[in-house]
Amino acid sequence: MSPLWVLFRRELALAWGRGGGPLLALGFFAAASAMLPLAVGPSLARLAVVAGGVTWVSLVLASLLSLDRLFERDFEDGTLDLLILGPAPLEVVSGVKCLAQWLATGAPLALAAPLAAVALGAPLAAAPMIVAATALGGIAFAFVGGAGAALALASRRGGVLIAVIVLPLLAPPVIFGGAAVADFQTGLPWSASLALLAAYALAAAALMPFAMAGACRNAVS
Amino acid sequence: MIARLDIESLAIQRGDRILFAGLNASLAAGGAVALTGANGAGKTSLLRAVAGLIRPAAGRVRFFGTDGEIEAETARRRDCHLIGHQDGLKTNRLAREELFFQTRWSGGGDGAAVAAAEHLGLGRLLGLEVRMLSAGQRRSLGLARLIAAPRPLWLLDEPLASLDATRRTFFGEAMSRHLKGGGMIVAAVHDALPIAARVVEIGG
Repeated sequence: MSPLWVLFRRELALAWGRGGGPLLALGFFAAASAMLPLAVGPSLARLAVVAGGVTWVSLVLASLLSLDRLFERDFEDGTLDLLILGPAPLEVVSGVKCLAQWLATGAPLALAAPLAAVALGAPLAAAPMIVAATALGGIAFAFVGGAGAALALASRRGGVLIAVIVLPLLAPPVIFGGAAVADFQTGLPWSASLALLAAYALAAAALMPFAMAGACRNAVS
Repeated sequence: MIARLDIESLAIQRGDRILFAGLNASLAAGGAVALTGANGAGKTSLLRAVAGLIRPAAGRVRFFGTDGEIEAETARRRDCHLIGHQDGLKTNRLAREELFFQTRWSGGGDGAAVAAAEHLGLGRLLGLEVRMLSAGQRRSLGLARLIAAPRPLWLLDEPLASLDATRRTFFGEAMSRHLKGGGMIVAAVHDALPIAARVVEIGG
């Protein structure tokens, strides 16, 4: 069995169990979405306007929840040394970790997002678009967030640092993703926004592993 | 396969402090070195520098195969085991899962992993979560990958700490077998190793 497949399966199992895994993210997401009608009032007309936007904001926050543990545990218990001395470059290892993180939290959130949006008044027809956009956005969140988590290694109060580093970088996917969903709902051309979102996600997946590997090497030295 | 390790005028600096400088040492297949020295002398840093985790302030570490020099990155990824202070085990996973991962990641197979665990007296513990194991049992579990995934260079940081007398004997036998098979060991120790080893004092 290929070592990378072994690593992926282990990372998936760890991400699934890490701090509640998908359940924590889903629970947070559900709670944040359920608070909205309580805050702005039950008027469906008003809710439907903000449903898409609030879904995205909740998604970003939910996917940040378990990110601080992505490298921290491995750093603290010595696994990072083992990973560095393994058969695959640390850049690939970082990519595998983020992919597992996305599969364990980003993908379940993408499946839950249309439920929340429709419950808040978004049209049912928008559901496939919401799944596609949030799944792509989730990839960007996982890789950019992973870079933040690696940079925060070996610093106290790393969680705060992750939020400060990562949130500005998560603004573009939220803008593109939110626009894609809104344009799709209103019948405007949406493909450009979705393409920009996909480009951002792919760029994050391609570039961030280098940042993560560099930050991890720096942390263990 | 590494057949010789050369440490050439190595200097290591941590923060503003130079731990040691001008260290020369060479180790050939079948040889063992015991690093001694006071706490903080730089034994762990030397091991981590050989493993490539720390960049030395001066000097270098070179690896040679039977037919010439091997690129350091390749040698470290393919031929080098590092056992540090921590065992790299996740406390909420089964001992078997962790052992299989460490072994496969280092290039060994499941059968060899089970055999190594039984050799180190861990056979009945593999079904337990790591948090149920004692410190000595965790250390043995961390050492099992040395036996299960054959790599010629073992870098060991206090390998015998927290092991009981029986497990020290088992692991001593494993070290002798490794050396007889052409392996190399560099170990940071405070007590004597149960094998014949050249003593190199750090920061003396």
